[in-house]
Amino acid sequence: MALKDHLRTLKYATWLGWQIESNWTSPLLFIIYSLVKPIAAVLILIFMYIIILGDVTSDPVFFSFMFIGNALYLFVAQVLFGLTWVLHEDREHFQTLRNIYMAPMSFYMYVVGRALSKIIITSAAVFITLMFGVVALNVPIDLLEIDWPYLVVAMVIGLIMICALGVALAGVSMLTAKHSGGINEAIAGVFYLFCGVIFPITILPVQIQAVSLAIPVTYWLEILRRSLVPGIGIESISGLSAFSNIELVLLLLVSAALFLVVSLMIFRYADHRARKQGKLDMITTY
Amino acid sequence: MAARAYPRVIGSLREPSWLVGDIILPLLSIMAFVFYYRAMGAPEVFTGFVVLGGAMIAYWLNVLWGMAAQFYWEREVGNLQLYLISPMSRMSVLAGMALGGMFSTTLRAVSTFVLGFVVFDVQVNLTDPWAFIAVFLITLLALYGLGMLFSSLYLLFGRNAWRLSMLAQEPIYLVSGFYFPVKELGFWVGIAASIIPITLGLDAMRQLLFGVELSDGLLPVSVEIMILLVIAVIFFVLARYMLEYMEYLGKREGRLLTRWL
Repeated sequence: MALKDHLRTLKYATWLGWQIESNWTSPLLFIIYSLVKPIAAVLILIFMYIIILGDVTSDPVFFSFMFIGNALYLFVAQVLFGLTWVLHEDREHFQTLRNIYMAPMSFYMYVVGRALSKIIITSAAVFITLMFGVVALNVPIDLLEIDWPYLVVAMVIGLIMICALGVALAGVSMLTAKHSGGINEAIAGVFYLFCGVIFPITILPVQIQAVSLAIPVTYWLEILRRSLVPGIGIESISGLSAFSNIELVLLLLVSAALFLVVSLMIFRYADHRARKQGKLDMITTY
Repeated sequence: MAARAYPRVIGSLREPSWLVGDIILPLLSIMAFVFYYRAMGAPEVFTGFVVLGGAMIAYWLNVLWGMAAQFYWEREVGNLQLYLISPMSRMSVLAGMALGGMFSTTLRAVSTFVLGFVVFDVQVNLTDPWAFIAVFLITLLALYGLGMLFSSLYLLFGRNAWRLSMLAQEPIYLVSGFYFPVKELGFWVGIAASIIPITLGLDAMRQLLFGVELSDGLLPVSVEIMILLVIAVIFFVLARYMLEYMEYLGKREGRLLTRWL
């Protein structure tokens, strides 16, 4: 299949994702809806912080570490939640998965396109969450201080990696029943715990820290934190101070490439197995 | 009720994939909150709050997705019309969903609770286990009453109500104090959040498990039990009325069978 065919699939899958996500209500209500969840999630952490440490300024480095990590984690959570749901929704709710399969296009690119729409919507939520942090909570992000080249490079590699993770999970979803929304929340919990999202990985037991270092999301978050708030000493608490920025980017690149290959293998295997076992039109109304 | 509970239990046994998603992985999110508290040097009792809140999230999610939103899902796949033409009460269908879902939900809650307490060695001070069991059961009663009330909305509304369920996660975790004593948000915020039964239920369970001093309770446990009983009755009565009313409205406006609304 030619590149332009793949790009066309990507474009229309993204458009479809956008329509499904947003056309159920007015634009204003959609914007409010898109912001309430992430803001509430970060407020939980802020209240936990205030209850224990008293004030958001009591440990600005740790607070910035937590706040930025949690805001950027929205990409991981939304894409992973989203793609599991996309498969179940297309298969069981709209019951269009068979039609999509039969269409002359790459199903893989279709899933990537649906992930892309999630990323676009989530970008707005991440931006506003970070703005909220800067304006209301004194998170020291300064547009003139940001290390833009590292930020852009890490963001692009990271988002490709997150898409790859999402696609792998979508593949697994082809083989599972639709039990509840719980699995989506649960899978994102893996990354929430291991990747130093809201606390430095040094807090984890030593054996588990090895798991953290094997997941590219850990490096991705570290580079983005260092890029957004350079000079406040994030690396001093993150447990990754031994790595320079370039080393982190290389680690991210290598681990992301590895994840991409593994995700492709998982997706192809799941795709084959789902077809073989007749699971593409499974409806599980338990 | 038994007929609707049956496919849920069978489904759980036929498709064991939920064991990973609903039992093992949720523990990881809870562990993340525990480590977050530890990173800040929080007193050990906060670990207990997180484990208790994490266990009770299972019931809240079951009410939201396995009960309230389930009517929407049943409509989309064409089962709702079968329910409506069957000679049975709508509330018994919902009670069946609750009962059937209780198996996996309770397994998740208990495993979270036990593993959480074992892994993190949480110390409890449970002086009145019967009161704890009573609070837990009354909380579930009120919670599932609220679920029935919510489900009536799904007879009429489509994706809007579905999105409402999405919104009822993190914001409710925040105002109901799933991970910290709700009183920390302010007394009146806690009182306002008590419309969600799990707010008072969690507060009472925290007081009974960890002691009144450490738990910073919103109200005395006996008062919270009384309020929970009252709101449970109100929710069940309202749910009965609303289900009938929404079904009537849905039939009149021809929205009961509308898909992809």
